Amino acid sequence: MIATLLAAVSRLISGASVQWHCDPTSEVQRIYFGNHSSHLDFIVIWSALPPRQRRFTRPVAGRDYWERGAIRRYLASRVFHAVLIDRSHAGAEGAIAAARASIQHMAQEMGDRHSLIVFPEGTRSLTGEVGRFKSGLYHLSRLRPDAELIPVHLENLNRILPKGETLPVPMLSRVVFGSRVPTSLDEDKHEFLAKARAALIQLGAM
Amino acid sequence: MQVFEDAALLSLIGGVLTLLVLASSVGWLLSRRVTSGPGRATVANINARIRAWWVMAVLFMIAIATGAAGSILLFCFISFLALREFVTLARTKPGDHRALFWSFFVVTPLQYYLVWIQWYGLFSILIPVWVSILLAIRTALAGDTESFLERTATNQWGLMICVYFLSYTPALLMLRIPGFANQNAKLMFFLVLVTQLSDVLQYVWGKSIGKRRIAPAISPNKTWEGLIGGVVCTTAIGAGLWWATPFAPGAAALMALMATIMGFAGGLIMSAIKRDRGVKDYGSLIEGHGGVLDRIDSLCFAAPVFFHLTRFFYAP
Repeated sequence: MIATLLAAVSRLISGASVQWHCDPTSEVQRIYFGNHSSHLDFIVIWSALPPRQRRFTRPVAGRDYWERGAIRRYLASRVFHAVLIDRSHAGAEGAIAAARASIQHMAQEMGDRHSLIVFPEGTRSLTGEVGRFKSGLYHLSRLRPDAELIPVHLENLNRILPKGETLPVPMLSRVVFGSRVPTSLDEDKHEFLAKARAALIQLGAM
Repeated sequence: MQVFEDAALLSLIGGVLTLLVLASSVGWLLSRRVTSGPGRATVANINARIRAWWVMAVLFMIAIATGAAGSILLFCFISFLALREFVTLARTKPGDHRALFWSFFVVTPLQYYLVWIQWYGLFSILIPVWVSILLAIRTALAGDTESFLERTATNQWGLMICVYFLSYTPALLMLRIPGFANQNAKLMFFLVLVTQLSDVLQYVWGKSIGKRRIAPAISPNKTWEGLIGGVVCTTAIGAGLWWATPFAPGAAALMALMATIMGFAGGLIMSAIKRDRGVKDYGSLIEGHGGVLDRIDSLCFAAPVFFHLTRFFYAP
């Protein structure tokens, strides 16, 4: 009930018009990857999904943010069924191992019916432009080659709730779900990431 | 409820419903007659517009039937949706965020609250004086100077058109017109009916015999034939509805004429903004019409003029 209500409120605030270039009701497991510019991003994607798909789609989110306070903890665990990960800071030795463990955790949490929502840039962009992708998406898709890779372009959310603001301004936004990005196991990391990022940017121009 | 005791108001409602039934029948006939070619898309669009008219007319009449509270709430909500479409198109920056938040969640409800408590003095200056000063200060405090003038001016104008101008429609309820006490809902009905009918009639005349474009750079659909046909018909209809207003037939014709011309100008101004921003419609909320702002642009510019003329001549 709370989930349905929250989805409705989110659709109202984000005034999102939703476009699909793939089957919204497909039961195939998916990895939705979007551009990240606002705290609202994942909830907007999540609320744009059909109710049944929404129940089996879990956002990947930072543990540090979502475990602060009872309300966030409740929302993350009971409403969104978020997959919480420890955010690592690239560079240090231990961080690489931690990042690897996080990816493994995500792949596991997908089980045999769940889809994921991820933001491969890792952090919110200030300008609304799509930044460099971190390698997490690549490693995740190696572990779950069975899942469809779906780009989701979000428009205007950085204006509705920009980084650093807590109250939203209810402008209109757009969510475009692209068609699946074809992957093969023999492509290298840079090729893969460039292809995925290009697919996401191209959606924004459509 | 007051509505059911006022025969004139009931006649207006009955008239609008009859008109809608008629429009739906014509739309149905057209869809059977025109089954191929480019005309089909036009007919499909006309039928979508008629369906949307039903929804809008029923919403408006429910608001009228629930009295001042219903009307004020409806127009407050329309302002909110219109402002949202306007701001989405504006070139805002993160420095505008707080000022915009205030515009949506404080200024808009406050303006309509002033209509509710009938505080005319503050109602008429809240946005042009207080808000224009305070929001400029708020934006300046955000510290971003890039296109500062353009940004503050745009946001202020958005509030003026979408909130201030539009709020003059339910503000008609606060006019104290001798011999017309408790009947102001009909005045609001008259204004909305005349501006909307004028839009429809200009469209119909333009589509059927329109040739000479008035401002091709702004809107390809606005023609002299459409304008003159629409204005003449609407003025005649306005004169014929004098019994629902405090005006004599001649004055009702002049008021309708004025509302029609202001409405046309409003449509032209709002189209110019759209062309500048490279879009066809402000939104997609109303099927066949575009956004909320596409539908109310004429009303926004007609309402303040209609209000002040009525106030000056009829509410001493």
